[in-house]
Amino acid sequence: MARLTKEQVEHVAHLARLDLSDDEVERMTTQLDDIIGFAELLNELDTANVEPTSHVLDVKNVVREDERRPSSDREDVLKNAPDQQDGQVKVPSVLE
Amino acid sequence: MSLMDKRISEIHEQLHNGELKVSDVVGESISRIKEVDGKVHAFLSVNEEEAQNQAAALDEKLAGTDERGLLFGLPMGIKDNILTKGLTTTCASQILSNFEPIHNATVVENLDQADAVTIGKCNMDEFAMGSSNENSSFKVTRNPWDTDRVPGGSSGGSAAAVASGEVLFSLGSDTGGSIRQPASYCGVVGLKPTYGRVSRFGLVAFASSLEQIGPITRTVEDNAYVMQTIAGHDKMDSTSADVEIDDYLSALTGDITDLKIAVPKEYLGEGVDEGVRESVQEALRELERLGATWEEVSLPHSKYAVAAYYLLASSEASANLARFDGIRYGVRVENESSLLETYKKSRSEGFGDEVKRRIMLGTFALSSGYYDAYYKKAQQARTLIKQDFDDILADYDVIVGPTAPTVAFKVGEQIDDPLTMYANDILTIPMNLAGVPAISVPCGFSEGLPVGLQIIGKHFDESTVYRVAHAYEQATEHYKTRPNLEGGASS
Repeated sequence: MARLTKEQVEHVAHLARLDLSDDEVERMTTQLDDIIGFAELLNELDTANVEPTSHVLDVKNVVREDERRPSSDREDVLKNAPDQQDGQVKVPSVLE
Repeated sequence: MSLMDKRISEIHEQLHNGELKVSDVVGESISRIKEVDGKVHAFLSVNEEEAQNQAAALDEKLAGTDERGLLFGLPMGIKDNILTKGLTTTCASQILSNFEPIHNATVVENLDQADAVTIGKCNMDEFAMGSSNENSSFKVTRNPWDTDRVPGGSSGGSAAAVASGEVLFSLGSDTGGSIRQPASYCGVVGLKPTYGRVSRFGLVAFASSLEQIGPITRTVEDNAYVMQTIAGHDKMDSTSADVEIDDYLSALTGDITDLKIAVPKEYLGEGVDEGVRESVQEALRELERLGATWEEVSLPHSKYAVAAYYLLASSEASANLARFDGIRYGVRVENESSLLETYKKSRSEGFGDEVKRRIMLGTFALSSGYYDAYYKKAQQARTLIKQDFDDILADYDVIVGPTAPTVAFKVGEQIDDPLTMYANDILTIPMNLAGVPAISVPCGFSEGLPVGLQIIGKHFDESTVYRVAHAYEQATEHYKTRPNLEGGASS
């Protein structure tokens, strides 16, 4: 039984900002369905009273003094930008 | 004997007493790469000129003085998901094919301070997602023991570079076995440190709650030297632990008398090749001869680890890889119609199949309506898996088993079946979920290919892991058998 439909895969691709071809959607639907089916093995576990673990160590928020300090040079940061203008990253038009 | 076949301490001694110069050692590393990397393909880029300049500068810098650290002048390879200032760092992905970091990762900074020499950047599965190196978008690294076979992954380039004598040591990263499994397949030593032991600052993030950088070397002693240099708290990584670092070298006593070893029955059961099982059983007999005792135990939630891992790692990946959108760095595929389309085009053309698959899986598991059923459920399974380790490690010093269920498989054999590929990591994933340290050390051969013994310790107890691995290695000397790249496949 299919757990995932093509439409769901297309919706998830949009959320993930991926543009998948029809072939990719087809293949991905089958493969993700298999992987999710496999992952449902976890349903065997009774986890009613189990706390989730997001982190293995007992880490607390790490804070520092809010002091000014130098950050990276603008020139350095822009070195990797695909497009730039007047010392800023240039992007395609955001507003219609 | 090639210089690259020597131990770090031997080279160090020869540099110290003037028998060798740094330029000799670096020169030999580079000529070995020219000789064999056309077969092995371990490197994505070689930093030849800069490495030679650095070698000459180091020879000059310390001529006539004794102030040489243990890694002084030694050639190393760095996995290409670890930032190296000014040296292209691609994560083996098209989307970062032109990315030049503007700062070093903390580990690279530490190794620079120790005057180690970066020879080049090692191939990997794209964004560290894979177990064979076949997911690199540039080339497929080959196993030095049999070039028809994979080196393992994702740190396959780092492991193959050390195994084929191209560098004396390398750095890898391990999210679900990515240091240990290739170390096992290539017959070298690879450590995944305790989560938080080594700074992740400057490691391109895949699954932040699981991964660690660690050393890959020929011997356990070499591994401890590198680990001593990279371990420790870093204020740039708020998840790095402020816990005292042991003197790892002093742990290498060779004495494991009365050490208590747990052997999970799940790690030697179904799915583990007979040849692998026999090598590990022989290793257990050797550990007994050395004075340790072992007992069979159970880690009852082992079989849930792979499922939990793929949900959690992919969920974290879907968030971490959101930063690659073609705006601030990386490759942008222009689409004038809108910003959204530019994101989509850049990501779709920049990422390979496996990376897209995991981003999709993670996005799905975190999406509204599925979060509790998949992501949260996997986090709860993680709690149970971690509890298994806590229970056993309360009563035993270490846990021992195989690193991987098989020896290296053939290139192309598993690439079309994600679930089969994921099963390669069945014995290494649980340690990332639990955050415990684990090492792979060579324990013989099956079908002429290396088998790895995995030794797992308590949180922050890399010392005991090293002590056991070293005692075993010195008793068996498997590391002395080297692959023969001149005559093709060995054995």
